[in-house]
Amino acid sequence: MSVIPLSWYLIFAAALFCIGLYGVLARRNAVAILMGIELMLNAVIVNLIAFWRYNDPTNVSGQAFAIIVFAVAAAEAAVGLALIISIYRRQNTVVAEDINLMKW
Amino acid sequence: MVSQVIFIVFACATLLAAYLVVNVNNLIHAALWLVASLLGIAAIFVLLDASFMATVEIVLYIGAIAILIVFAVMLTRRVMEDIGQQKTDSWWLAAALSMVFFVSVTLLIWNTNWPSLPQGDVGDTVLILGKSLVDPDKYVIPFEIASVLLIVALIGSIAVALPPSDDNK
Repeated sequence: MSVIPLSWYLIFAAALFCIGLYGVLARRNAVAILMGIELMLNAVIVNLIAFWRYNDPTNVSGQAFAIIVFAVAAAEAAVGLALIISIYRRQNTVVAEDINLMKW
Repeated sequence: MVSQVIFIVFACATLLAAYLVVNVNNLIHAALWLVASLLGIAAIFVLLDASFMATVEIVLYIGAIAILIVFAVMLTRRVMEDIGQQKTDSWWLAAALSMVFFVSVTLLIWNTNWPSLPQGDVGDTVLILGKSLVDPDKYVIPFEIASVLLIVALIGSIAVALPPSDDNK
């Protein structure tokens, strides 16, 4: 079984990150923007795990870092969706450009 | 050879699903494509010998976050339904920006010398990881801070999502 070069994982993660970035920038629905953010966070986690595997697998700092990123992603999703639902209740919209009450 | 083919198959499937996540008009479908994309990422973790991360990916991302997103889509359904414009007018700018970013990062990755795969078995990383997460000399403080962050996010999101009370209307 031949090995996969590290650069393949990195390019895969870069492509995933850029798709997520496009989703965040181009979507109008706030929930769809959160989906783009999830894709970007997953690309970062793939990078962390790939670097862990290709450096020293006995040093688990890469995996520990990835677990912290998981926890932050869960917190971000919960708070973000709660904010969207709260805005939907008060303003009856989930379109990001209509949520401009605090825009300077 | 075999692992390379498996990697390419899963990577292409993941990227296709991710592309559909950002391009499908129906948001429920987008959330389901997000689940498919996360499954592909879990497979990539298996290829990287990170079995624990693959499990966490499925349990936490697909089991919790993706379902949360499906619920949010359903709760906010009436306004944007499946009709109506789903992309901003300057979506081409976003596409161009992401393409430029991708091309430059890929060139950077391609022109760098990366370390090759270390020889030998990875060993029992789940055991080492579990011990290091509660080891005071290692990651017990980040671990505890992550738990505090989660409880703060939990209470905060409940407080934010409560229906507006009648007296401040």
